[in-house]
Amino acid sequence: MGEPRRYQAGDQLDTVTHEPLTRTDIVRYAGASGDFNPIHHDEGFATAAGFPTVFSIGMYQAGLLANYVADQLGPENLRRISLRFSNQVWPGDVLTFDGTISAVSATPDGDRVEVDLTCRRTGTDGTEGIGITATAAFLVV
Amino acid sequence: MSYEVPIERGKIREFARATRTRHPAYEGVAAVIPPTFLTTARLSWEPTGESPSKALGFELARVLHGEEEYEFHGPPPRAGQTLTVTTRLGDTWEKEGRRGGAMRFAKVVTEFRDESGALVATQTSTLLETAKKGT
Repeated sequence: MGEPRRYQAGDQLDTVTHEPLTRTDIVRYAGASGDFNPIHHDEGFATAAGFPTVFSIGMYQAGLLANYVADQLGPENLRRISLRFSNQVWPGDVLTFDGTISAVSATPDGDRVEVDLTCRRTGTDGTEGIGITATAAFLVV
Repeated sequence: MSYEVPIERGKIREFARATRTRHPAYEGVAAVIPPTFLTTARLSWEPTGESPSKALGFELARVLHGEEEYEFHGPPPRAGQTLTVTTRLGDTWEKEGRRGGAMRFAKVVTEFRDESGALVATQTSTLLETAKKGT
């Protein structure tokens, strides 16, 4: 694994883009999390409620964004993550994740590393927007 | 009201796979939880009919998830631990919606304690009820 990376304010994490989101992704997350609100998997229910189709579970893309940063800074180092939901995410959307180190402060237990995070969506119809923004803090020894 | 949530290795693996990570920290008998894993606690373990968020009286069709925060007061929990969970309503407030009408907001705070009673994680969910249409 080598020496752990030392982070500085202003450092950018490598951008990650996922394959287009599928209904199977949504259903798999529903099962893993226990969120069976039918608006996220039942086409008839979603259209009756006035939506063009089912849409993703917000906590699914929240989990993807959180994993994006935790995979790089270490899941065991996470101390806080605050996620703010903006736009809905739809089947077929391509999600892109990026992050910037906003602050690093030395503490007796290690470096506290603060990160600003964004999950952007691009739809099959070309629409674009922010799905989620987040801030996170890690204690990196 | 409190209830117990066992942190299970297989559930961690399932959640990690569903959220597309293969990080080695999520493997093994002492697997660490993924960052948002504690969302499963209320969804899978909260006793039926005892959800404090029901007391808000929000109309489900108009409820949106605004924000979600997980604060860990030390290293995140690991498989094999059993956490004791309590949920309470936090602040509630209203503001004018962009198209008129009142939007209602509420924070729901869930605390996770370990076997010794130490607070290990605090989850804060911000829910909002959009204004009624046609007002």
